[in-house]
Amino acid sequence: MEAIALKDRENQIHVKGEAPFDIVCNKDSLAGAVSQRACVFCGSRVVLYPIADALHLVHGPIGCAVYTWDIRGALSSGPELHRLSFSTDLQEKDVIFGGEKKLAAALRELIERHSPKAAFVYSTCIVGIIGDDLEAVCREAEAECGIPVIPVKSEGFKGNKRAGYQAACDALFRLIGTGDTTGISKYSLNILGDFNLAGEIWMIREYYERMGIEVVANITGDGRVADIERAHGAALNVVQCSGSTMQLANMMEEKYGIPSIRVSYFGIEDMAEALYDIARFFKDPAMMERTKKIVEEEVKKLAVALEPYRRALAGKKAAIYVGGSFKAFSLVKAFRLIDMQVVMVGSQTGTKEDYIELEAITDPGTVIVDDSNPLELTTFLKEKEVDVFVGGVKERPIAYKLGIGFCDHNHERKEALAGFEGMLNFAREVYSSVMSPVWQFVPRKKNN
Amino acid sequence: MSTNPPTFKKTKKPNAISTTNACKLCKPLGACLAFKGIEGAVPYLHGSQGCATYMRRYIISHYNEPIDIASSSLSEKHAVYGGGPNLKLGLTNVAAKYRPALIGIATTCLTETIGDDVAMYLRQYAEDTKGSVGLPTFVNVSTPSYSGTHMEGFHAAIREVVAQLSEGGPRSETVNVLPGFVSSADFRLLHEIMADFGLDATLLPDLSETMDGPALLEYEKIQQGGTPLADIKAMGRARATIEFGPTLGAMRTGGDVLAEKFATPLHRIGMPVGIRETDVFFHLLEELSGRPMPEKYAKQRGRLVDAYVDGHKYVFGKRAVIYGEEDLVVGLSSFLTEIGVQPVLCASGSTSGRLTEAIARVTGDTLAEQPQVFEGMDFYEIDEMAAQMDIDLVVGHSKGYPLAKKLNIPLIRVGFPIHDRIGGQRILHLGYSGAQQLFDTVTNALIEKKQNDSPVGYFYM
Repeated sequence: MEAIALKDRENQIHVKGEAPFDIVCNKDSLAGAVSQRACVFCGSRVVLYPIADALHLVHGPIGCAVYTWDIRGALSSGPELHRLSFSTDLQEKDVIFGGEKKLAAALRELIERHSPKAAFVYSTCIVGIIGDDLEAVCREAEAECGIPVIPVKSEGFKGNKRAGYQAACDALFRLIGTGDTTGISKYSLNILGDFNLAGEIWMIREYYERMGIEVVANITGDGRVADIERAHGAALNVVQCSGSTMQLANMMEEKYGIPSIRVSYFGIEDMAEALYDIARFFKDPAMMERTKKIVEEEVKKLAVALEPYRRALAGKKAAIYVGGSFKAFSLVKAFRLIDMQVVMVGSQTGTKEDYIELEAITDPGTVIVDDSNPLELTTFLKEKEVDVFVGGVKERPIAYKLGIGFCDHNHERKEALAGFEGMLNFAREVYSSVMSPVWQFVPRKKNN
Repeated sequence: MSTNPPTFKKTKKPNAISTTNACKLCKPLGACLAFKGIEGAVPYLHGSQGCATYMRRYIISHYNEPIDIASSSLSEKHAVYGGGPNLKLGLTNVAAKYRPALIGIATTCLTETIGDDVAMYLRQYAEDTKGSVGLPTFVNVSTPSYSGTHMEGFHAAIREVVAQLSEGGPRSETVNVLPGFVSSADFRLLHEIMADFGLDATLLPDLSETMDGPALLEYEKIQQGGTPLADIKAMGRARATIEFGPTLGAMRTGGDVLAEKFATPLHRIGMPVGIRETDVFFHLLEELSGRPMPEKYAKQRGRLVDAYVDGHKYVFGKRAVIYGEEDLVVGLSSFLTEIGVQPVLCASGSTSGRLTEAIARVTGDTLAEQPQVFEGMDFYEIDEMAAQMDIDLVVGHSKGYPLAKKLNIPLIRVGFPIHDRIGGQRILHLGYSGAQQLFDTVTNALIEKKQNDSPVGYFYM
């Protein structure tokens, strides 16, 4: 392989079968390497964003707020306060004299205007430097306005996106435990780490309801403050997107004794396994029967519908580069289900354990990469002759420029890809890119 | 209703402390876009990793083109001890991996606040790397996002490029064109116009190819196109500079620097949007080239006038909200006014202090009722005012979509960003041909609205 990586990044790339498995990860991005990662603030913002009846106020200069305005395809069944972008829009004088007064006034103004059920106040790089006391301002606003006002310690430079997830979990943890839990069923759970992109959490909730389980709180897709406040009354935490909310589950287990299980809702295999795991947890034979029936019905429907896609796509090559590696596991399996071959897989924030698991489930020759960048990614795509690349908005032009198909699997997507129906949508998405006649015109194909 | 004679109802601008749904972007983003229009350049942000990634995502969603923005990726210890070492490491890495001709370094609020002296770091870096071959040229610009918007960042970057790279010497025949932040299609049109006048021109920046390139076999680390460095160097010798931007002047621009340092005559005119502002531009080109307007443009202008006549009734008296970057808002106000649309609210998120005056210049003679003009606006305020104004049309970038949807009226997508359609970089705003496209779009949107709302379902005008 050509020396496509900067020297300091070579140990963050691994080709399965070429050497004993070893990969370095969870380290700071290298300066000048054009990482695809974002920052602490981004991590917090995307996790808390879907809580629809809360005010999300970004304390900082305008950029941080404006780049996250309506950033996720996270739907709400009711209020849509989360879709507005609020900022204190700090100016030079605020930076010099401190932004606390402006923050307090902005909070008062916005709470009065929108009557939110709670307010999250996000700290940004600059707030960490000028030393505004967010705790104090929030405490005062809380006393004055009578709603929870929670600081989110998300100064951009204080780590990477994972640190932002932690800050979001800390903020959520302050809400949990403050609500009344009477009347919650013993068969109950919280959904953690689903953000209701394109209505996915509604599909998942419906499966749980059909199983006879009460969902106490969505954390955070289509989330509501009051539900989160009583989340400690649930019997189980079901954690998807473990990178972002596993910490919260751990904290809840420690304080409230709520066990948790990790699941993934992507692909038939993982979706079915998630429902079975949950049914097993509740040890209720009737529930297990109902679960089997759901899976059976859904899979039967799907198998027929998927068949034409599988036939068309068999043998095509896929590459995956996503934020969290748990999603990557599911994608590897989902591609296998439609007989496609995964030749590259990577993530922005995977842990060592994640990469060991990825190595275990992929085929020999697969490139496994941590915290990659455009130059590396293009090299892999070309070398491996990829037909479709799965990633987020930042990866899309890389694929398209080379005339390679693309499937958006990031938080901005507008297609539901979770659940059983989601697998069909996913196949359709992949199919509609791979099978398009436009590739005949791209240089990559013309030269063949 | 809207074809009634105008009413003179004044509404009050809300005076909020917080900003909701900003109608502006941050300063470093503008600088990155400006650097992206230089041949062989890599934009570089001296700050934490998030800024670069957010801006890339934001820019990609408009252009659907790759844009690599490097970052110092500062972490907590750098914020405490200074970002110098990471800046130097980052520059070395970018130089090694991209082999750029230029690295354009913009600061962020983080590095401005901790007091990093980028110019000094660059001097040290030059000292450290003395004797190395193949090092890129560096340009740095201070872009704290707590003062000014992406447009101040854009113009500041252009100013610094010129100030740090342009050289004097014997006068050349070249004309500098500093058009500001226009679309790739606009840049291509400007090239064509200058060539048709027989003028040797240097466009700075030049986003015609770098942000609207072809599908490729080999991925380019740095996209082709952009203003060549040699041309930028020679800008100090040019015989004139044309700069679009009636609201510029509160800050020093590239045109100002060229005038001060090299006595290059500066012609600052409005963005050539619509017939009248394009006429101003073409008259200037006639003067500079000593040639009459080429036949091709005379014909374009003729067709445009003919189209204005054909469509005038469908647009007359319609009331529009216009928002976005100040100079574009001025151009659009001029265009809409001359076709008979009534701009009722002209808004921008930035605060040059010159918007009212600049708009009065282009609407004054024609309009009985002057539009309300406000700087420092966000979409919460624009929405609130528009709700009381009986509006038929929203004109601006795609972030005004919620407003248009709420009012159930057409949104004419112009400028940046266009995040809900493809081809934002191919929207033509400038010249007679740009006005032709804008006119057809506006007119047909209004006709379509009427048609859709009609229970009759006419399909003949």
